[in-house]
Amino acid sequence: MSDTHDHAHAAGHRHPPQPDHDDTLTYYRKLEMAVRELLIEKGVFTTGDVRAVVEDIESRTPEGGARVVARAWTDPHFRELLLNDATAACAGMGFEMALYDVKLTVVENTPDVHNLVVCTLCSCYPRMLLGLPPAWYKSRAYRSRAVHEPRAVLREFGLELPEKVAVRVHDSTADLRYLVLPMRPQHTESFTEQELAALVTRDSMIGTAILRAPD
Amino acid sequence: MNAALAAGVAAAATCAYARGERIRVRKVDAPGHIRTPHYIRGKIGVIERCVGFFKNPEELAYGRSGEPLRALYRVRFLQSDVWDDYRGGPGDTLDIDLYEHWLEPVTAP
Repeated sequence: MSDTHDHAHAAGHRHPPQPDHDDTLTYYRKLEMAVRELLIEKGVFTTGDVRAVVEDIESRTPEGGARVVARAWTDPHFRELLLNDATAACAGMGFEMALYDVKLTVVENTPDVHNLVVCTLCSCYPRMLLGLPPAWYKSRAYRSRAVHEPRAVLREFGLELPEKVAVRVHDSTADLRYLVLPMRPQHTESFTEQELAALVTRDSMIGTAILRAPD
Repeated sequence: MNAALAAGVAAAATCAYARGERIRVRKVDAPGHIRTPHYIRGKIGVIERCVGFFKNPEELAYGRSGEPLRALYRVRFLQSDVWDDYRGGPGDTLDIDLYEHWLEPVTAP
């Protein structure tokens, strides 16, 4: 495919996209591009709208979620608000939430319950707090096995839970996005909120890991 | 729809099922953009909470308005009720977000 051609450019003429040299232009990527270009041509949204959302998502990292978790560990009022209305709680911390048309929901790990998040249909993920999901989260293997054999999946992540701890899997199939509030590690009583945030890993907020006491 | 709007609409409408109520997921094959996974259809669970009212994704997928809004629930299932071969703790559960029109009441115990 090439964008060089010798005919005259009529008004509204569009070049075909440049081929990627470092990736595969699969059927579904072509489909996405075609649909996106059609929607832009029809005026449903603009290239600027697409860029704004992509740039926002790509600017987010798990550090955002870690800040929320550390605040919940240190501020009981915030923790309560977070568990009742996570969207409002995070907006109150300054996170831009309106761009994401979903209801953020935080589920809390306790000594009796361990939460694990999956999206069996696609890749629903709390992007506003964690950024883009890891590749494994979108894989067919994780999506199908996390609901059916979560303990085996957790074991492969290095997490063996006793049977008395209930494993609660959340399949985010609709308008909710789930973040796990991990348990605060032991021996962190003297830690500041910022020091606590540095301990929180992405996987602990998906539920494929727990947090160990720092060395 | 954002969450604030959903909450506002929720105040004006009611959820057909209450927390703790047992429901069965409708076991039907339907074409289109369905958010109810096949593995959960026909299974019995318990309402964990009614989340609010949201546009129907089965309509939105075809460029329609998504109205009337549908009540959305978090429904909790015992893993041993979902999978015959489940291996894990007896308290292990699966929570799924399901729209009201996919649920039906369970009459017999």
